[in-house]
Amino acid sequence: MGTKITVTDLWKVYPTRNGSLSVLEGIDFTVAEGEFVAIIGPSGCGKSTLLNILAGFDWPDRGAVALDGKPVSGPSPKGIFIFQTGSIFPWLTVQGNLMFGLNGLPRAEKKRLADHYAAMVGLKGFEQVFPFQLSGGMRQRLEVARALMVKPEVLYMDEPFGSLDALTRLQMRIELLRILSRQRHTVLLVTHDVEEALHLADRILLLSARPARIQSVVDVPFPHPRKLSNPAVVELKEQILRELGVEDAV
Amino acid sequence: MENTTLKNSTKVLAPLGLVAFVVALWWVAVTTSKSLIFPTPGQVVLGFVELTQQGLLLKHVLASLLRVALGYLLAAALAIPLGILLGWFSGAYITVNPLIQLLRPISPIAWIPIAILWFGMGDSSPIFLIFLSSFFPMVVETTAGVHTIERQYLRAAQNFGACRLKLWSVVIFLAALPQIIIGMRVGLGVAWLVVVAAEMIAINSGLGFLIIDSRNAGNRYDLVVAGMAIIGVIGLLLDGLMRRLERLDVVRWRYGH
Repeated sequence: MGTKITVTDLWKVYPTRNGSLSVLEGIDFTVAEGEFVAIIGPSGCGKSTLLNILAGFDWPDRGAVALDGKPVSGPSPKGIFIFQTGSIFPWLTVQGNLMFGLNGLPRAEKKRLADHYAAMVGLKGFEQVFPFQLSGGMRQRLEVARALMVKPEVLYMDEPFGSLDALTRLQMRIELLRILSRQRHTVLLVTHDVEEALHLADRILLLSARPARIQSVVDVPFPHPRKLSNPAVVELKEQILRELGVEDAV
Repeated sequence: MENTTLKNSTKVLAPLGLVAFVVALWWVAVTTSKSLIFPTPGQVVLGFVELTQQGLLLKHVLASLLRVALGYLLAAALAIPLGILLGWFSGAYITVNPLIQLLRPISPIAWIPIAILWFGMGDSSPIFLIFLSSFFPMVVETTAGVHTIERQYLRAAQNFGACRLKLWSVVIFLAALPQIIIGMRVGLGVAWLVVVAAEMIAINSGLGFLIIDSRNAGNRYDLVVAGMAIIGVIGLLLDGLMRRLERLDVVRWRYGH
């Protein structure tokens, strides 16, 4: 597997009224092609800032991000960003949303693809429905399907299932794994849910409290489908929680 | 809310009942006060019938509606694109918005002398006044509609590499459309208010003319009130028409479903 993303010595400082606020201090890592990397860290540590910089929506003060060896200069359909609050257009139907990212194809072909992806995420029969008529879980599946439509090389997910209830969140994780087993994507997932990271990721980056540095990197060697009650998984979860300084809770 | 439990028939009958009550009160008040000039509802209905038979009612209504249509559509054609540009380009906004806020509080009625000076006594003056009255609410609401587009939608458009045409038509315009429609509704309401006032200046058709002319030509207050009632009813119908726009599928997300 080749290297997909290279992050070199990333620094980010935000100016505030009381002087500058250092958010990222020297972040270094690489992500392999097709790898699923989760980023975990304390609340407000700069995880989202880091992901925004990786996707080209924000800029580092120092350091560089390269995708396929080329510097990232801004957002592009090569890497689609999915975040908690969602960005499904409420004024377009399910089909309209799915077709939004496609450019330069005949309309019939766009429709065919949209229907295919709608079916893939379990939205068959809802093509002409507006997002407000869908449940939160269905909306988030639409969000994922719209991203996959453009065959992105990378998915940037910022707590994508954070606004869903626990059961729906679990279903979404299983669904995501099912989709990824069919078509491989490189995925970067920011989450505060250790279990979610252990369920999905090949590797977990633990960030320190702000200013964020990479505190440790945890490999998740378990094959899919993973059983979260597996003692080895539980042990790894405890190890991660200890690293995050919440061992008493375990 | 409590009113969701009310029956549909109640929602129609209750306001109709109130109107009937006000009309009855009016009738009793005129009869007991033995006013010689103020008409009873019955006399107003007779005046209404008289106007209809002479074909005057339709003529005046159409004249007013035509002036409103012209002034209003002209205003919409300018205000909506301008509002979108002001909402999007902050440089344009900080330059143009103060001027708009300065002109906006000036009542269109205050423009009447200038309208006469510029456009004379023909149809152009009231059309200009209607244009002015509906232009400002539409431009202000459209601008606000673009200002309040949530950032994640613009980010998504950028992320998917939307071309400029798609960004403007599918994202910016549609995102702002619910508020544009609010502006259009307010604008049409104000336009209808102003047409009557505008027609009171020496024109020989329109509902405003009908009212002033009926008073001047022999104190026909039955026709004055009939004209007022027609204005009210048409205003209500126009607003109902605009409310239908709020039920379009593309804007329902904003208004609650």
